[in-house]
Amino acid sequence: MHAVGQSVARKEAPNKVTGRARYNGDATPVGTLTAVIVPSRHAHARLRQVDVAPARRMPGVVAVLTGQDADLLCGEVLEDRPPLARGTVRYHGEPVALVIAHGEAEARAAARRVAIDCAPLPLVASVEAAVAPDAPLIHPELGAYKRAQPPVVPKPRTNIADHAKIRRGDPAEGWAASDVTVSGHYTVPQVDHAAMETRSARVEILHDGRVIVQSTTQAPFEVQKLLAQSFHLQQGQVIVDVPLVGGAFGGKAAVQLEVLAYLASRAVNGRPVQLVNSREEDMATSPVGMGLVADVKLGATRDGLLQVAELTFLLDTGAYTDSTPRVARAICSECTGPYRVENVRCDAYTVYTNHTYATAFRGFGHFPLTFAIERTMDRLAATLGMDPVELRRKNLIGPGDRTPTRMMLTRSTLGDPRTCLDRAAALLAGPPVQPTGPHTVRARGLALFWKTSSSPPNAISGALVSFNQDGSVNLSTGTVEVGAGTKTTSAQILAEQLGIDVDQVHIHTHINTKVDPEHWKTVASMSTFMAGRAVMEAAEDAKAQLKSVAAIALKCAPGDLSVGQGRVFLTADPNVSVTVSDVAHGYSYPGGDAVGGQIIGRGSYIMRHLTLLDEETGEGHPGPSFTVGAQGVEIDLDTRTWQYRVVRALTVVDAGRAINPAGARAMLQGGMCMGIGLATREGVLYDRDGQRLNNQLRTYKVMRAGEQPDAYVVELVETPQIDAPFGARALGEHGLLAMPAAVAAAVSHAIGRPVDHLPITPESLWQLSRSAEAAR
Amino acid sequence: MQSTNTGRAEHLLTVNGEQRRVSLRPADTLLSTLRDELGLTGAKPGCENGDCGACTVLVDGVPMKSCLLLTTEFVDQDPPRSVETVEGLDGADVQRQFLQHWAFQCGYCTSGFLMLVEGLRRQQPEANRDERVDWLRSNICRCTSYAELIHAVEAVLGHERGAPRSS
Repeated sequence: MHAVGQSVARKEAPNKVTGRARYNGDATPVGTLTAVIVPSRHAHARLRQVDVAPARRMPGVVAVLTGQDADLLCGEVLEDRPPLARGTVRYHGEPVALVIAHGEAEARAAARRVAIDCAPLPLVASVEAAVAPDAPLIHPELGAYKRAQPPVVPKPRTNIADHAKIRRGDPAEGWAASDVTVSGHYTVPQVDHAAMETRSARVEILHDGRVIVQSTTQAPFEVQKLLAQSFHLQQGQVIVDVPLVGGAFGGKAAVQLEVLAYLASRAVNGRPVQLVNSREEDMATSPVGMGLVADVKLGATRDGLLQVAELTFLLDTGAYTDSTPRVARAICSECTGPYRVENVRCDAYTVYTNHTYATAFRGFGHFPLTFAIERTMDRLAATLGMDPVELRRKNLIGPGDRTPTRMMLTRSTLGDPRTCLDRAAALLAGPPVQPTGPHTVRARGLALFWKTSSSPPNAISGALVSFNQDGSVNLSTGTVEVGAGTKTTSAQILAEQLGIDVDQVHIHTHINTKVDPEHWKTVASMSTFMAGRAVMEAAEDAKAQLKSVAAIALKCAPGDLSVGQGRVFLTADPNVSVTVSDVAHGYSYPGGDAVGGQIIGRGSYIMRHLTLLDEETGEGHPGPSFTVGAQGVEIDLDTRTWQYRVVRALTVVDAGRAINPAGARAMLQGGMCMGIGLATREGVLYDRDGQRLNNQLRTYKVMRAGEQPDAYVVELVETPQIDAPFGARALGEHGLLAMPAAVAAAVSHAIGRPVDHLPITPESLWQLSRSAEAAR
Repeated sequence: MQSTNTGRAEHLLTVNGEQRRVSLRPADTLLSTLRDELGLTGAKPGCENGDCGACTVLVDGVPMKSCLLLTTEFVDQDPPRSVETVEGLDGADVQRQFLQHWAFQCGYCTSGFLMLVEGLRRQQPEANRDERVDWLRSNICRCTSYAELIHAVEAVLGHERGAPRSS
């Protein structure tokens, strides 16, 4: 009986194809009030007056709140964000007031009556403008903000909310040793998570002091802590309940609507209030993924050995920081890409602008980082006249090397980037560009990625396993099922450890912070590793208990026994056994008297040996291991219209071990498709007044059927991570990480000049060709 | 039809072959009636704008976005107009093929895609590859790579004659 390595269907799959799978908006109790956000129509303005009286008089309205009713600041790292604007609005779409009514129609009608009187302030429309010497300040109070989760290094009286650094080796020495220097300037716009389910939250404050929160969050335990902290409650009073989540991609790790729904419920004597984002609100009011402006400079010897890297990153966090300072450190940690570079200087600035604020996005900064570093590697290859694959092979990081944060790598922590590169290069064999017709070319591009978790050093995860009388088991973990199949993976790990069928493992699909053990957050592709470790420990604990009860029944020592196939048996003689169901709820003697009790296994995991990055040097240990991989694309491009299609996309990734191979492939392919979308069309747009232009799915373009490649190729390399469950590495985010870089490489080959800005649209290529002609 | 003093009125709507009594405001969309009045929450709001298709149901066998339809158009009709939701699919081939081909992850768009493909099967079973893709373009999936969905469609409709199998 083997559960690990099998492509078992997701536990909740039958409910998902019958419409019976429950999401947050699917069971709203009668009597729940509806709250609607009144958004700012200015991107940067001083609030003179918010007149709620006309709205308050509208039929069905119960209460209207403004910033005056919410005297607190929120922020995962730096507390800089009022849940409702106070004094100043800093982005178009920012919540200014909250209307609470009996129904959505009444609430929306009233929301239109809230009169916001404000005086426009000078707009800060880009990170470059934000760091200019005379830039208007978006947060004059920056120096006074509380640092909730250091490290974070704000620069008061600037728009720089945080400065993260890597200082390794001696760049001057590196430049001296370099024969060749290349540099590049890259931009990646803010992007939208565009999960199909918009964010929503419902809060009810009971008179016994309990606060019931129902939410689409990826981070129920974070919601619990933040509400408890903000409103002076015991954590146990706050109960966060999360059903299935309809896609998240990092966007639901930010805590926003839960705070607003709490304020709303508090204002109406604790009655249940729900707040459901419209798509427009989800895109313009709730956080997006950060944008990036990168300057990368590499030095190498003439035979292509990297000597030095200097990198400057401006992260467009929009109006508030949320998790961006953590993203900045994640970027620093892997700033060189998976290459050996001894001399590194990296500065990552989290920069305020009057854009929608940013939070985590699938990959935690790594798709923009990968774009910047891989584009520069291609430049270096071109300058050296060297094959880009050869240049990468020459400089690949390996066991015994140190990362930019000076973490010493082993085969277990790193995996096998060389095999990934070699396989991907073989799969992508062919000239960089070849004509396929009078005006059409086929081009190829390849890029590498690496990523570690960049999770807090004390991130925890727990698991509880309780036995039913018939020997089947109930498994409870704190991970949220956002679509990644984490619950099924955990069930497979448990089944394997207990030697039972996956069908005999019954999972908690919904998370409830009151009964489920904590899992830090369902982010960073860490569920298989962290929850998996906890599940393995819980299984061992349960097995020890099974053996101790069975030892009484079988008149032997527990150490003589093994568990498997639904039995507890003498290792030396499997014929001597009891069934698990004989001992799962205590063992009964023939006379009816009994010993033992219910078998309840517990497992608990905390990250080991991780450290925060040093503020000056960046030295530290940001994650338990890496996932490395290579990705490539083939494109067909029309040199008259600049239209192109990705016709083939491939990923070779070191998966460590695929616990659910079909699930892993599906996850990676889905990521590749998203990555092609990021490369080819996605990007948040603002007009000259900072108003959000594309806040709908018809204007913010995501991939649709027929736009995907004709062929996806996914190959898994399996270099086990020794301390991970069955060696499995993180995979959830990785399918998209190098796709934009690979597409850019292919397009650059196709048009014969470097493409350094995302997204790469026919229009942007046309403009690039025009500017090249003008420069000629 | 019985009017009430709240501006709501009671009507008959045929859903999944059952006659259901629903209370309506004139502005109610079919999506909100299905979800809020009848508890048929398989159809999902994704944009309420016709962009994403998560709310797709079959109306007289044709896939339609229920967020763009007013319920009043479908009530009290003789003969009754038929509304079918994912809850009305009972062990249909399309459901099996979605399971078989990993055609979903988070599952939020799934009901809409299921009804879309079921509609395609009924309306245009001979659709060629381009036509199939055209149908699928009305809906959005943010998790899968679309290849899984296309494989599921191929399994439901059969491979197109002469067309190469995609890898």
